[in-house]
Amino acid sequence: MEVHGIISYGTYIPRGCLSRSSIVEFTGKGSGEGTRSVASYDENTTTMGVEAARNALHNSEVDLKKLYFTTVMPAYMDKTNATNIHAALQLDDFVETVDFGNSTRSAVGALSVALESGSSTLAVTADLRTGPSGSTEESAGGDAATAFLIGTEEQGKLLAEYLGGVSITSDFTDRWRVPGEPYSQVWEERFGEQVYVPLVDRAWNEALNRVGMKTEDVNTVLVAGLHSRSVAKSISLLDIKVPDDLTGRIGNTGATHPSLLLANFLDDAEADQTVALIVLADGCDILFFRTTQEVENRKSSNSISDQIDDQYPVPYGKYLSWRGLLDSQLPNRPPPVRPSSSAAKRRNDWKMGFVGSKDNTTGIIHMPPSRIGIKGGDLDDMEKLPMANAIGTIETMTVDNLVYSPNSPVVFAVVNFKGGGRLPVELTDTDSEKVDIGDQVEMTFRCLYTADGIHNYFWKAKPITKRKGKS
Amino acid sequence: MASHGIKDQVAIIGMGCTRFGEHWDKSLEDLIIEAAEETTKSAGIEAESIDAFWFGTSQSAASGISLATPLRISGKPVTRVENYCATGSEALRQACYAVASGAYDSAMALGAEKVKDSGYQGLNAFPMPTDGTNRTLTAAAMFSLILPAYAKRYEVDEDELRYVIARIAEKNHSNGAKNELAQFRREVSAEKICEMPSIAGRLSVMDCAGVADGAAAAIVVRAEDALKYTDKPLYVKALSLVAGDSSGLVDPDFDFTTLPECVDAAHDAYSQAGIKDPKKELAMAEVHDCFTPTEMILMEDLGFCEKGTAWQEVLNGTFDIDGELPVNTDGGLKAFGHPVGASGLRMFYETWLQLRSEAPNDRSISLESAKQALVHNLGGYPGEMVSFVGIVGSEIS
Repeated sequence: MEVHGIISYGTYIPRGCLSRSSIVEFTGKGSGEGTRSVASYDENTTTMGVEAARNALHNSEVDLKKLYFTTVMPAYMDKTNATNIHAALQLDDFVETVDFGNSTRSAVGALSVALESGSSTLAVTADLRTGPSGSTEESAGGDAATAFLIGTEEQGKLLAEYLGGVSITSDFTDRWRVPGEPYSQVWEERFGEQVYVPLVDRAWNEALNRVGMKTEDVNTVLVAGLHSRSVAKSISLLDIKVPDDLTGRIGNTGATHPSLLLANFLDDAEADQTVALIVLADGCDILFFRTTQEVENRKSSNSISDQIDDQYPVPYGKYLSWRGLLDSQLPNRPPPVRPSSSAAKRRNDWKMGFVGSKDNTTGIIHMPPSRIGIKGGDLDDMEKLPMANAIGTIETMTVDNLVYSPNSPVVFAVVNFKGGGRLPVELTDTDSEKVDIGDQVEMTFRCLYTADGIHNYFWKAKPITKRKGKS
Repeated sequence: MASHGIKDQVAIIGMGCTRFGEHWDKSLEDLIIEAAEETTKSAGIEAESIDAFWFGTSQSAASGISLATPLRISGKPVTRVENYCATGSEALRQACYAVASGAYDSAMALGAEKVKDSGYQGLNAFPMPTDGTNRTLTAAAMFSLILPAYAKRYEVDEDELRYVIARIAEKNHSNGAKNELAQFRREVSAEKICEMPSIAGRLSVMDCAGVADGAAAAIVVRAEDALKYTDKPLYVKALSLVAGDSSGLVDPDFDFTTLPECVDAAHDAYSQAGIKDPKKELAMAEVHDCFTPTEMILMEDLGFCEKGTAWQEVLNGTFDIDGELPVNTDGGLKAFGHPVGASGLRMFYETWLQLRSEAPNDRSISLESAKQALVHNLGGYPGEMVSFVGIVGSEIS
């Protein structure tokens, strides 16, 4: 059998982070230790998935065949969200693109399907977790996305080989949510703990048996899901390393958490390490991987700990407002109208993929793409030019307190791109105090607003953090 | 191909203008009737005897029917024109060309806007279906981009510029205070304006044009017929319009310190009118001070001073009512208010009063050395705009 495994991966931790002590200050409840990640007002699971996928595919030359997207907080029902990601990534039309979803367990399911198939597959997962104000679900939750490029040795150098695994199912009501509800509920913790600990024990022995390994062959165990702490404690009795589960700094990112832990492990992994990923959700899934020399050879970029370092604090009131849990006064301007579906389809490359055009005669870059150039050239004589990865510089900027926005004031800049091209564009993940003329920016895929249930996806610019600017 | 103009072929023989402001008790139709009545009275003719009509409105109505119905014009050509905030001057331009062509003996241009029925602040929104990627920034924010760009290019301190633009607002409010048709009639000091909170970039609400309802109109005839109607007609010397191709938003070289469409329109208008030194040959100018930084750079773009010097000229009082070249003697968009479709014609209304020595004494300008006036009206934003420049004079040259 061909060797399957992980060719590359990318993660996305939103820049916003909420200090749990700020929740305690407001609600008087909770422990108040650590932070959780917070998706911005212009982010949803699809936009976060796009950013993780961009990180995973950065410099990749793999011939991708499938794109899977998993979330329990889909931006759309009925309409496939993965196709939005497909468009943002400018993938080939023949890449099979489907959503998995509904339950947190579907994420490990999608990863497992990808690992068992012979096709190169990008498995993207994103989740947005919240709960009633002052609840554990709220303070312990987190927002994040991951993307794993799965394939065979022939399709690309593997960072880690997939050794096999097991899936054991147990049906009981532990965490649940009725469709349309903003957050889930959980049963009394002690019950779940006492179901999962013996379940993991059964799954663990069966999994080792299937892959022909012994407990001592496993170097590291990652445990994700409800009651992961209790399970981790019992695993650690086996004398295996159980690394930090990121819940202190990022929170439990639900469907994303298993793959987030795997990515965090790979960020710092050495070669020839065997890792078990244990996922607790309506049963137990265990996947075994062994790292290759490639994890030490590759250039690491944008690790989870780097992204945590780039985070900025979000006030609790703003967080509530971003999640729609607190109504705040908007500028007295007409709200935006829904984008036209037919107009958006005609300019899909621009809107979703940030693809401009370059005039073959003058070489001038046009954003949005144009049929006739600004300084001459022939009609329809331009080639497509993807600009999503271009770096820009702020030429001039302003702050608009009057324009309609869910997060007024809007910071807006005229951006000139390295290598040519200009776009006056909204900035995000910043405020007027943090950014200035001459600063560098990069592009990020966002939801500008939602009208009549249609998400208006487009790109914004965000300041390049000092860490990245130096590298 | 060339822009020949129609110098001294057409004359304005009557004008009218409503008070600009928040007319909660007046409809678009009421404003149209008021401006049309005053204009026909001013020309001493009946509306029925006018041959053709151009109706400028940007956001309040559509089609010529919207003018024909309230005025009960039947059996006549009525055209609605729209060119953003340069709509009013565009209506006049069309009317003048129609008369100059010989197609009609007389024509009326009427501009009107009713914006205060929306319940929102600012102008009405354009609800055209799009792909959703269009910029949604307010006009105030777009024009606020001028200030840091100008400061950087000419190495002027931004706080100094903040005072300069406040000085422009102070001047226009001072002029508007002497104008009974103006929306705002209170003087405000530059110092006080500088203390106000910013709403877009460094701009405060006092740097923005007033949002108003209003209407204004003009009747034009062939120049040789003008004296049949009035002994003080205004002769049309130049009418220029330039629509930009929005390249400023695409071209990294555009630096937001100049409005090329305005430079081009001014150049064309001076050529049509035969003006070599605008500052000397013009008695006054009405310019599109939608935001105070706009007026500042227009002083350079219209050739009233050298590039990079407008801020000093403003401080020197060059464009004050008693200055070398008075600008916006009626208060401008800033104090008179800005009913989009009417503003271009309102600017001509001020030249009508001033060049005919009919402006109130406390704001009348000297006509000793020049008897021509310039009207500049723009629509859009830095980088993507339409610009109109017109010149009228009280004498045939």
